[in-house]
Amino acid sequence: MSPLRRLLTRPLSVASLLMLILVVAGGLCAPWLAPFDPQRMDIMHRLLPPSSLHWLGTDDFGRDELSRTLFGARLSVLAGILVVLVSTVCGTVLGLLAGSVRRLDDLLMRFADALMAFPDILLAIALMAALGPSLLDVVLALGTVYTPRVARLVRGAVLVLRRQTFVEAAEALGASDSRIVLVHVLPNLVSPLLVQGTFVFAAAVLTEAALSFLGAGIPPPTPSWGNMIAGAQQYIDRAMWLIFAPGLAILLTVLALQILGDALRDALDPRLRRLT
Amino acid sequence: MSRTLVRALLRRLGGLLLVMFFVATTVFAIVHVIPGDPAAVMLGPSASAADVIALRTRLGLDAPLLEQYVRFLWDVLHGDLGQSLFLNQSVTQALASRAGVTLQLTLMAAALAAGIGVPLGVYSAVRRGGVLDQAVTTLAMTSASLPSFWIGLTLIAFFSVRLHWFPVAGYGTPEVGLAEHLRSLVLPAIAVGLPNMALVLRFTRSAMLEVLHEDYVRTARAKGLSPAAVVMKHAFRNAQTAVLTVLGITVASLIGGTIVTETVFGLPGVGNLIVSAVLRRDYPVIDGALLVISAIYVLINLTVDLLYLALDPRLRG
Repeated sequence: MSPLRRLLTRPLSVASLLMLILVVAGGLCAPWLAPFDPQRMDIMHRLLPPSSLHWLGTDDFGRDELSRTLFGARLSVLAGILVVLVSTVCGTVLGLLAGSVRRLDDLLMRFADALMAFPDILLAIALMAALGPSLLDVVLALGTVYTPRVARLVRGAVLVLRRQTFVEAAEALGASDSRIVLVHVLPNLVSPLLVQGTFVFAAAVLTEAALSFLGAGIPPPTPSWGNMIAGAQQYIDRAMWLIFAPGLAILLTVLALQILGDALRDALDPRLRRLT
Repeated sequence: MSRTLVRALLRRLGGLLLVMFFVATTVFAIVHVIPGDPAAVMLGPSASAADVIALRTRLGLDAPLLEQYVRFLWDVLHGDLGQSLFLNQSVTQALASRAGVTLQLTLMAAALAAGIGVPLGVYSAVRRGGVLDQAVTTLAMTSASLPSFWIGLTLIAFFSVRLHWFPVAGYGTPEVGLAEHLRSLVLPAIAVGLPNMALVLRFTRSAMLEVLHEDYVRTARAKGLSPAAVVMKHAFRNAQTAVLTVLGITVASLIGGTIVTETVFGLPGVGNLIVSAVLRRDYPVIDGALLVISAIYVLINLTVDLLYLALDPRLRG
């Protein structure tokens, strides 16, 4: 059975795939799906509970919570995808270098250890304090945070692959180092990178939300799930529902990504299946 | 101790020093990647040119980069983390006066994560596929997908606002009374502990599943040992190192969770200090906190490595 088929026979992974498609589509189509302008304030109708007009209620500025949650999806998904791209590209290049150039290995890996000695959120807010509050800066900061993880994974995989018979055979036939890495090693990294990318995506969505919640990420009034929860915090006694929409959105997105990551790993590496 | 062991330990310590050197370099680099003049960025757009120049001199930013770097490393080596720009305190004092709350919160959360995560993980591996296993793994997956600040707010919404069981926010100092003090830490500890419990549970479960497949476990069962003895004496002892690894990894996410959660509950800890330092761009405080926290993380992981030796005689060579 092909890995894709194997993935699609599990109801849970199909459900999480659908969930993810829903979130991405919701974010992409937010301008058409959202019933209101997410930034239009209406002070006369602030902190309204969910109703037929405002399905998820309104926030402290009278803005429609549903519209803001949809536009928040746009930002979270975009940030997540960009972080995955940045960390995968940088991590792969660094990991390949560490795995194939002996002299660089120790240096690069100790540097990766150093970056991984900071809790994700701590390194991210410190970088945000230096960079500035915009989507690009968030992507740069989180890209830096997650690059070492990818680099370590790639390095480990390269070291294992270089001892495999087919790589040794290519070496014996006189293939150059760069040819071995690009033609024989890189294609075999696709599966682990795909799995790791899913987990990085999930972690990036969580960390971006925390950054925005702390006021060090995407600044208001642009809606992001994190800053929506931050805004709702002081009305928790009067308008409890305001924390639920963005919180549930984070939960469902991250949960779907984690389940999908697990399922992908199992589907791509049958040896691991007995352990789950 | 054998010579190979000593050599391995020394290599590990050497690597650790190198990592700490890179940590310090990274911290130094973070302030210096700020585009433009860090002093102007710190003071904000309303600052006068004279103030900016004064701050530049105070922070030594007018010296050549290499000199600044060497001086920074020298000061750090001497335990001097500089002065806060906004608090009338040295960074060391600022960190020390807030460390107690953070340490307590982290320990309570760690106790929760390990105390519930490990036994539940073992149980659900042994009863793999059962109703409880499925419930537990679903719960673990869900709580690992929740931001700790959101868990904190939800707990406040139900237990403090609705039920009035706990204070909405704020910190009861131990002087006010032990009960009040602990009451102010229960919800934050749950908020930080829950996602980490999920992590510990999942790792323990898969480490146990791996071990339960081994031949020696089958042998132990075959020779008629009670299921409890098989699990505790034969399986869990061999899964211990894997569990230890995850406890080491969890430290980073525990500290991370604490940083965010302190803000939610208004606890006067290191997390609160860091967040307000970031919002005010108090770079000496950010630098100091980064250095101290990563040093703690590195030391805890060294301890974990040493504990491997205590737990696993095979590694003692």
